[in-house]
Amino acid sequence: MADLDPTGATGAATDATSPPLRERVRAALQSRTALVVIILAVLALLWWSAVARDVSAERLLSLTVWGVMLGGVIALGAIGLTLVYGVLKFPNFSHGAMVTLGAYLAFAFMAVLPQGPALRPFSFGWEFLAALVLAMPLVGVVALGLDRVVYRRLRRQNASLVLFAMASLAMAFFLRSLIYLIWGPDFYFYYDARANPVLDLPLNIRVQADQLFIVVLAFAIVGLVHLLLTRTRMGKAMRATANNPDLAQIRGINTERVIAWTWIMGGALAAAGGVMYGLSSQLRPEMGFWLLLPMFAAVIMGGVGNPRGALVGALIIGVTQQVATAFLNPAYGPAVAFALMVLTLLVRPQGLFGARGG
Amino acid sequence: MDPATLVKAILLAPTLTILVFALVRIPWRARVPLGLVLGVGGAFGAAATLDAGLLSYLVSFSIMAGIYAVLCLGLNVQWGYTGHLNFGIAGFFALGAFTTALVTTSAPTGTLAQYSQQAFGLELPFLVGIAAGAVVAGVVAFLIAIPVLRLRMDFLAIATIGIAEIIRLVFQNERWLANGPQPLRGVPRPLYCTVQEPTCAWLPAPVAAWLAPLAPRDYIFIYLGIVTLILALVYLALERAVRSPWGRVLRATRDEETSTAMSGKNVPRVRIQSFVLGAAVMGLGGALYAHYTVTIDYSHFNPLFATFIVWVMLMLGGSGNNRGAILGAFIIWGVWSGTAFLTEALEPGLRAISETLPDRSAYLRWLLVALLLAAIVLYRPQGLLKEETIVSRHLLRRRGAAATTPGATATVGGAPPAATAPEAAGRDPGGG
Repeated sequence: MADLDPTGATGAATDATSPPLRERVRAALQSRTALVVIILAVLALLWWSAVARDVSAERLLSLTVWGVMLGGVIALGAIGLTLVYGVLKFPNFSHGAMVTLGAYLAFAFMAVLPQGPALRPFSFGWEFLAALVLAMPLVGVVALGLDRVVYRRLRRQNASLVLFAMASLAMAFFLRSLIYLIWGPDFYFYYDARANPVLDLPLNIRVQADQLFIVVLAFAIVGLVHLLLTRTRMGKAMRATANNPDLAQIRGINTERVIAWTWIMGGALAAAGGVMYGLSSQLRPEMGFWLLLPMFAAVIMGGVGNPRGALVGALIIGVTQQVATAFLNPAYGPAVAFALMVLTLLVRPQGLFGARGG
Repeated sequence: MDPATLVKAILLAPTLTILVFALVRIPWRARVPLGLVLGVGGAFGAAATLDAGLLSYLVSFSIMAGIYAVLCLGLNVQWGYTGHLNFGIAGFFALGAFTTALVTTSAPTGTLAQYSQQAFGLELPFLVGIAAGAVVAGVVAFLIAIPVLRLRMDFLAIATIGIAEIIRLVFQNERWLANGPQPLRGVPRPLYCTVQEPTCAWLPAPVAAWLAPLAPRDYIFIYLGIVTLILALVYLALERAVRSPWGRVLRATRDEETSTAMSGKNVPRVRIQSFVLGAAVMGLGGALYAHYTVTIDYSHFNPLFATFIVWVMLMLGGSGNNRGAILGAFIIWGVWSGTAFLTEALEPGLRAISETLPDRSAYLRWLLVALLLAAIVLYRPQGLLKEETIVSRHLLRRRGAAATTPGATATVGGAPPAATAPEAAGRDPGGG
C-alpha cells in the first residue's frame, strides 16, 4: 500500500513498477535484521580499524571483555530507565543523577559501617555489599518521593510529555546540586589505595576480580528483573501498563501502584549501576551524567520499555565504547554511544525489540 | 555631574530606552514620549545617584542578561514557536563563541605558539566574527537537523543533549582546534580603542574628546550598547519573522502538524528552518559572550550554565513570547545574581550545619534554580507573559467582525480556515 509521504515522493508514482520496489526496499532496510547487520558491520569496522592500527589481538580481546563489563554497568541503569520510559512514557533525565546518588549513598553507608577485611580476590569487604543493599531501596524511595511531589501532580494535570521531560531535567539538576552540596566536587574511591590485583585469564585476558563481580552481579540482577516481570503479578501488571495504560486500568490494574513500584525498581537498579560504576572507577558528581547518554542509547537501541532489549543494547554499546578506545581518545566514549543511537533511530526508530510502527 | 558620569549616562540612555520599549506596556499614543522620558531619565538618574562601583556592577549584570536574552530568543524560535525540545543549547553557544574567537584573533607565533594552539586566526573584524559564529552554529544545526528532526520530540531532546556533549568534548580534547583544555585568550573587544590612550585613529576628534573621560575599566558601558543594539535587532527580526506567514506556519506546525501538512505546507522544511534559525541566534549569543569575557574555554559551556538556565529563563518569561524571553532572561539572571548575596547571608547558618559547607554554597544557588524550574512547570507552565494568540494585525482589525464566529479569534491564522478549529481546540496549556 502506498503511504502518503508528506515530504513529497510523488514523482516516482508515475512509474508503475518502482513504488512497490521502493516500499519493499524501505521495509527491508527498516527490519530488525537490517539493524542487526548494520550494528555488526559497525563492530566489525571498529575491530578492523583497530587491527589496521597495529593493535594486538590480545588487547582487542581484553577491550572486548572490558566492554562487556561496562555494558553490565550501563545495563543496570538502562533497565530502570527503560521501565520508567515504558510505563510513564517520558524520558527521565534525572536517571543519571539517581545513579550518582546511589553511588554516593553507598559511600556514606560504608563510612558508618565497620570495616572488614577484603574478600579476596575482590578488593572490597562485606561492608561494601551491605552498603549496596542499603543504598538500592533508599534510592528507590527517593525516586518514589520525586514522583509523589512532582510527576504525580503533572499526571493529575494531564500535562504534556514535554513538561514531564522538563520537570525531570529540573530534578536532575536538583539532585546533582544536592550531591555537590553534600559531598563537594572532589572525587572519592570506595577503598583508597587498596591493592586490586589483576587476574590472568586464559588467552592473556587481564581483568580485575572486581570487574568479574560487576558482570556477574549485573547479569544476576537483570535475570531477577526478568523473573519479576514475567512471573509475578506486579511484573505482569507493569508490562501491561507499559503496553496500554488505559486497557490495563480497565482490566482492574491499579496503575498508580504499578507506577510506584516502577519508580522503586528503577531507582534501585540505578543505585546498583552507580555503585558498580563507582567500584570500577571512582565517584564523581558527574558520573551519572556521563552514563546518561550511553543509557539512553541502550534504551533506544533495545526498544523503549523493553528490559531485555536494554540489556542487549547496553552490551553492544559497552563493547563498542571500549573497542573504540583502541584508536580513539577514550573521552569520546559518549560520542560513540551517540553515533550508535542516531544510527538506530535512522534505521529503525522502534529499536531492536520494538514492535512495528512504534 | 562630572564628565565621566555624563558620558556614562548618555551611553546608558539608549539601552534603557530600548529595554523600556521592550518590557513595559505603555498605552500606544504615549509610547514614544513616555518611553524616551523613562529611558533617558532613568539613565541620568542612575548615573547621578548610584556610586561608580554599583553602576558598573549593574552594567556588567545587564550585559550578561542581554547575552542570555539573545540565547533565550534563539530557544524561543525552536521551542516556543515550533516545539523543538532542544536540550543542547550549550553546543550552539560554544560553537558561536569558539568560531568568533578563531575568526577574530591572530594565530599565535613564536614561543607563544608552544603554549597556545589554534587551528587558524584570521584577525577579521568583530562583526565578521559574530556573523561567522551565527553561520557556523546554523550550518552545524542544519547538518544535525536532517537525521534528528524526523524523530519524536522526546528522542530529539535526548539527541540534542548528546550533540551538546560531543561539541563540548571536541573543544575539550582537540588541542589543535582551539587550545583544547587550556583557555583560549585574547578575544578582541570591539571598539576597545575608544577608551584607550591614545584613542582609535579613525575616530573623529569631537567624539574622541567626548569619550576621553572614560577609563579602560569603563569599557563595559560601550559593550552594553553593542549588546543592546544586537539584542534589539535580533528581537525586531524575530518578531517580524514570527508574525509573518512563515511564523504562522511554524505555530500551525507546532499545534497541528497533520492539518498543516494537509494544507500544503512543507512541514519538514519549516521545522528544519526554525531549528537552524534558532541555532544561529544561539551562536550569535555565544559570539557576544566570547567578546565580553575575552578568555573562553570548554568549561564555560557546561549543561548547567549554558543549557539549563536558559530553559528556566524562557519557561519563566513565557514560551512563544519574545518579550517574555527577554524578561525571563533579566529576571532569572537577577535571581541568579541575587542568590549570591543570599548564600553570603546564609553563611553563618551553613557553617553551623557543617564547617566546610559554606565553601560549597555556590551549589545551593543551583538547587534553588532547579526548584524554581520545577515550580514553574508545576504551577505556571505558560510563564509570566503568555503567548499572544493573535499575531496578524489584519485579524486584530477584524476582531469585532470575527467575534461572531466562535473559535476564529483564538487561532493563529496561518493555515486555511479548515485547519483553524482543531488548532484552537488542540492547544494545550504547556504551549507544545
